[in-house]
Amino acid sequence: MSIPFIDAIRGYLQGDGAVILPEMELTLFGLAVLLIGYPLDESVENNWFWKLLFKNFYAKAALAGTLFSGFTLWKLRGAVAASARGYLPGFHESVVVDSFFPFFATLFLAATALVILLSVKYLDIEEEQEGEYYALLLFACVGMMFMASGVDLIVMFLGLETMALSFYVLTGFLRREKRSNEASLKYVLLGAFSSGILAYGFSLIYGLSGTTNIRNISAVFNPRIGLARAIELSRQSGVMGSQMRQVLSAEYPAALHLEPSLLHQMPVLAAAAFVLIAVGLFFKVAAVPFHQWAPDVYEGAPTPVTTYVSVASKTASFALLLRLFLTVFAASQETWVYLIAGVAVASLTWGNLAALTQTNVKRLLAYSSIAHVGYILLGLVAWNETAFTGIAFYLLAYVFMTAGAFAVIIVLRQKGLIGEELEDLNGLYQRSPASALLLLIFMLSLAGIPPTAGFMGKYFIFLSLIETKHPVLAVFAVLYIVPALYYYFRIVVHAWLKAPGEAPRPVMSSAQAVALGVAVFVSLAAGLYPEPFTRLAHYAFGP
Amino acid sequence: MLPIGHYLFLSLALFIIGAIGVITRRNVIVVLMSIELILNAVNINLVAFSRLYGDVAGQVFALFIIADAAAEAAVGLGIIIAFFRNRETVLADEMDLLKW
Repeated sequence: MSIPFIDAIRGYLQGDGAVILPEMELTLFGLAVLLIGYPLDESVENNWFWKLLFKNFYAKAALAGTLFSGFTLWKLRGAVAASARGYLPGFHESVVVDSFFPFFATLFLAATALVILLSVKYLDIEEEQEGEYYALLLFACVGMMFMASGVDLIVMFLGLETMALSFYVLTGFLRREKRSNEASLKYVLLGAFSSGILAYGFSLIYGLSGTTNIRNISAVFNPRIGLARAIELSRQSGVMGSQMRQVLSAEYPAALHLEPSLLHQMPVLAAAAFVLIAVGLFFKVAAVPFHQWAPDVYEGAPTPVTTYVSVASKTASFALLLRLFLTVFAASQETWVYLIAGVAVASLTWGNLAALTQTNVKRLLAYSSIAHVGYILLGLVAWNETAFTGIAFYLLAYVFMTAGAFAVIIVLRQKGLIGEELEDLNGLYQRSPASALLLLIFMLSLAGIPPTAGFMGKYFIFLSLIETKHPVLAVFAVLYIVPALYYYFRIVVHAWLKAPGEAPRPVMSSAQAVALGVAVFVSLAAGLYPEPFTRLAHYAFGP
Repeated sequence: MLPIGHYLFLSLALFIIGAIGVITRRNVIVVLMSIELILNAVNINLVAFSRLYGDVAGQVFALFIIADAAAEAAVGLGIIIAFFRNRETVLADEMDLLKW
């Protein structure tokens, strides 16, 4: 029996729908969490089955969503490997699933799952256990996945905005908390401003190329000598004109519609478009000099949201940046490499130096994350295969070690104790040896000491810089490990050597323990036995 | 049809006015309005180019940006209301709990 409606859905799911199935599942789970209001918290029957199903129902549903989506992603990855072209396009080539997408989508899903696990107890303490929170986490993840899979300017921009709007609300989720209000207000103003700048850059690119698909746009930015003249010739009548038209329609069909008067301005407009887009993206990844929002947002947001912003939003913005730079701007790499190198060095300098004097751990980690952006941008300067593997590896390591470091701060949050200041860490070793040990491992990894994941990430970046003959930048980058060691070890000293005060013993919930376990496992495994992780990173920029 | 340059100049002017507004204004509601100006500058660009090329993608993009601007305004105003309830101010230089 065939029902037309069901058949249409099935056909869709086998065609275009298959490409965005992981995102669709997350959206459906998010909507379900929003729609199902459960009245069962207190009145839940004291039956183990009901408890298992309905205690913290929202968090469980959201976690189930990420697991489902991850499973679908795994199957999709198999389909990509089996496909003839090495990628699956959908929606008229505006969304593409290639090897780049599964790598980043896995990182986003892992980060989302970690944040969900870390949130449950934190929200209980803040008395804000709402379903909307988990729904927004899932929607943000959907946006990030579209940032990694979109190859059309419209899809990329909408993905970015879906993520950003969810984050604005999440940052201000503690409505009664003044610092949370202030952080989200600063975030929404600066975030919307940077989105506007980015959109203006996108509109210029569209104007230069007449298309929103980034694969076709790249042709415009290739250096072409005499194209304006060729187009003018092709508009003339006669044999010359028609020959020129044929050549152009074979070589570069989009040029037939370009405006010659615009073409003379092309280098200027292209440079303006590049600068605007770069500024917009530097805002999103929090690179100096567009980093001012980051420390404030990190400090004011609820700590699980801080984790999510620092880990996932940064990775997603880098995915978008890499996708654009590897296609649209790839041909002009020699021109913009100085700009990127300058921003990278500025981020390293300012991030590392400003972190030295911080007393709030979340703020300190914000500046340290700005420094990490500097290292990742240096990979773009090197621009060879080692560098791309290094960037992917660095992002992978960064996700888990930063999530771990924030997770320890979340564990410290108790009723009546904020636990964000350096002083609050005093004597953590006596109060909770396990948390102190975990903190030490994450700090070692963030500083880049072997045998941790952070070391391997930095190693690849340095190696690529030396391979491509940038010894000065490599020396700079290595030297900045010294201040980094100083401020990371300030945290360790407070936790291990200072005498404990009146502070209570932190109690770890089982969900937090799972999240910390995963984070510490990856941080150590990727350093001790990097082979499978390197292969994974290599695969992201694979064929 | 007007040459494309006219539209580009109008949109550039809007963009610059918006950017100056964001940077110099103290009142966060005016800042939010300036951001809307920037997004409208983007829309003018997109629609002008869309007409130039006879390509509909630019208009679709503009529609999405209008929707996005609405969403941003809704979220932004919501956050401003939450902020105002706690602090009784909408001035940017009085946001000083976190070092700016």
